[in-house]
Amino acid sequence: MKSMIFVLLGMVSLTSLSAATSLNYLKDAKLASKQIVRLGNGAEPKELDPSKSTGVPESHILDNLFEGLTSLDPVTLTELPGVAHKWGKSKDGLTYTFHLRKDAKWSDGKPLVAQDFVWSWARALSPALASEYAYQLHYIKNGKAFNEGKIRDPKKLGVKAVGKHKLIVTLEQPTPFFTRLTAFHTLYPVPRHMIEKYPGQKWTKAGVLVGNGPFVLNEWRLNSHIKLLPNPNYWDKKLIKIKEAWFYPIENQDTEERTFFAGKLHKTNEVPVMKIPTFKRQIKKSPNKYHPYQSVPYLGVYYYRFNVTKKPLNDKRVRRALNLAIDRTLIAERVTRGGEQPADAFTPPGTGGYTYDPTLPIHADAKALKEARSLLAAAGYPGGKGFPKIDILFNTSEKHKKVALAIQQMLNKNLGIEIGLYNQEWKVYLDNQRKLNYAISRAGWIGDYPDPNTFLDMWVTGGGNNQTGWSNLKYDKLISDASKTTDEAKRLSYFRQAEKILLDELPVLPIYYYTKTGLISKDLKMQTNKGELIEYTSNIQDRLFLKNLVITK
Amino acid sequence: MYRYALRRIFGMVPVLLAVATITFFIMRLAPGGPFDTDRQLPAEVLKNINARYHLDEPLYMQYFRYMGSLLKGDLGPSFRYASHSVNDIISETWAVSASLGVAGLLYALFLGVSSGVLAASKPNSLRDYIPMTISLLGICLPSFVIGPLFILLFGIILNWFNVSGWEHPSDIVLPAISLGTMYAAYVSRLTRGGVLDVVKQDYIRTAKAKGLKGSTIMLRHTLKGGLLPVVSFLGPATAGILVGSFVVETIFNIPGLGRFFVQSALNRDYTLVMGMVLLFATLLLVLNLIVDLIYALLDPRVSYD
Repeated sequence: MKSMIFVLLGMVSLTSLSAATSLNYLKDAKLASKQIVRLGNGAEPKELDPSKSTGVPESHILDNLFEGLTSLDPVTLTELPGVAHKWGKSKDGLTYTFHLRKDAKWSDGKPLVAQDFVWSWARALSPALASEYAYQLHYIKNGKAFNEGKIRDPKKLGVKAVGKHKLIVTLEQPTPFFTRLTAFHTLYPVPRHMIEKYPGQKWTKAGVLVGNGPFVLNEWRLNSHIKLLPNPNYWDKKLIKIKEAWFYPIENQDTEERTFFAGKLHKTNEVPVMKIPTFKRQIKKSPNKYHPYQSVPYLGVYYYRFNVTKKPLNDKRVRRALNLAIDRTLIAERVTRGGEQPADAFTPPGTGGYTYDPTLPIHADAKALKEARSLLAAAGYPGGKGFPKIDILFNTSEKHKKVALAIQQMLNKNLGIEIGLYNQEWKVYLDNQRKLNYAISRAGWIGDYPDPNTFLDMWVTGGGNNQTGWSNLKYDKLISDASKTTDEAKRLSYFRQAEKILLDELPVLPIYYYTKTGLISKDLKMQTNKGELIEYTSNIQDRLFLKNLVITK
Repeated sequence: MYRYALRRIFGMVPVLLAVATITFFIMRLAPGGPFDTDRQLPAEVLKNINARYHLDEPLYMQYFRYMGSLLKGDLGPSFRYASHSVNDIISETWAVSASLGVAGLLYALFLGVSSGVLAASKPNSLRDYIPMTISLLGICLPSFVIGPLFILLFGIILNWFNVSGWEHPSDIVLPAISLGTMYAAYVSRLTRGGVLDVVKQDYIRTAKAKGLKGSTIMLRHTLKGGLLPVVSFLGPATAGILVGSFVVETIFNIPGLGRFFVQSALNRDYTLVMGMVLLFATLLLVLNLIVDLIYALLDPRVSYD
């Protein structure tokens, strides 16, 4: 779950990027003589084939080994030139022309040309490669049909090379975020000359892997580390200050924290939530060693699913009563304690410029409780009497257990109903959830891209990620209308109407919006693409660009 | 004895085949598959993946396909770590686990045998009670308690060792001690018990009557028989310590095999599960054979001819 996806398409919301407007320029910071950066990176990467990879730890490495047609600003995540130095779009929004830089090279010195993109995208979409992320290329004309094997000729794909340095891309429908998508690893070019020479996945080994990004893969030791060195053939090599980058796959948060405080890491991937208050004190004591502790909004929502096909949760009144009787603020402040924001709707506020007017109370105040109790009584369970015994299903984890315990107690205290807790190993839990073999089930959803669509289209009738049995034809119609319109204001209004239905019917119980946290050492700083030093600043999708990192004295 | 050993080695083949078969089918009974996540993939994408890994074939076909490549020594590609084959994963990580395991085992044997002998040399005295109480503590304290305690003391407070990682040669010390302590405790109790049993035997009395020195009797006669229980414990313990260092490897972030043992099952990484189980089974069988052969060397009553 935490290793899932987090793609970067879409219009980044400006509301969540207030940091961008107030970049903290550092005038008198001096670079350290030793530019070696060490980073905690979560799970061991599954693979380093950008066309196939899906996880975040992998993306941290791939974003530095490869580069797409466009690249991203490390703070605002707006698009900047990458392999393409300029591009243009047709009036109907369906055709993009990319002009590739003439000095673009692979890390082994071979020239990188437009045909490389044509070949790479056809490979990523080919059924034989079976990429889980192939759908990132379904926006391209005939991309989906080619991926499904309905079209076999790659020449029919909407991507053509004109000469060596011009690439023309035709899309299925207007996709305003396409030039952000080209900076996502599924659309990175891959080296045909190496892949054909080293079949299977052998071409991704250290010493063999050839990329086109600012860094090259020097060492990959399983469960130990991945080491990157600067790529001497990178077009903007002058910008790069880091001489060595070490990524450590430390999954155990306590181990990672100890390694950090022993001075062996510049940045951790995560933070043990229970210790956040201690860290805050520790960090305050040594302001010269550590960045102030901060949690950054992250594009996701933590919620419970209700199985609406079974009693008692087939009754909308019961679902609403449960939603009113939990104190979301208390959970965020006292249980999870990572600076999470209580969820008063389903889509996180500011997702792609869309914020839903809150409807769910974040406090279980007297008014909410009164309504909850009368709803429960109306449903035939006055004071919780006769309420069937149901369970909250969650995958085995301390954090999920704590949240479930809190909710269990709140429901018992506020509504007088007994709820059991039931934890299962991850894959068993997934299986039961999919088969609707539960009453209430824990879930989390991280947006694929900053747009309300990624949070709302999952609830259409029979959607693969619906898994609640909930269905509403009006809702389905609104989501489908939103995907067809090119009028942005209209599109957002469809989403608003859809979310209203979702929060009225409530097949879900939203709890909080995720934040991303990490411990950062004080000597880790950033530089803009012009080389100006700034304070370390996280972005909302946890993308990591080594060429924008520096170590100061 | 050579014929006996050869017979045993041939006998391993059907055992391993049975282990492979049973594991293969039991594993598939567990709900969920290697590519399940909380993000449902589009049906056509899932279809491509299943076809690529032959998961769309009937189970018996998959079984024969797997066994066919197994007989050629190919353990297949890992489902989760797609850039690595299972053979790669094992060959890249076994040396780390082996060196950690051997260090832990040597530490356990040295500490265990010496404290066991010390305790047995004067039973029911302070010399007995002190090491035995400590060893009881050692058995009770799991490595996930000892490990972080050692890190706190020797890594953070005293700053003698790194708190995690596997880069400097000294990085082996804390994990080996965390791993070996429980085994040391067992070895110490087994040694004490074994030695006390042997001390009552007639041949020890004979040795005493011959006027041999106490230390000579202990090292040349008593210990030889007294260590038999330790030797039989060492077979499975060695196999366990070599692949079962999951907890210690996690706490100290060590790039060994042990982590894959547990993670592969949780990830439903079918081929990696098979590889790990077969590796463990082979180790167990070989080590048990070695134990039996050592028995024949230590105990004149045992003969395999």
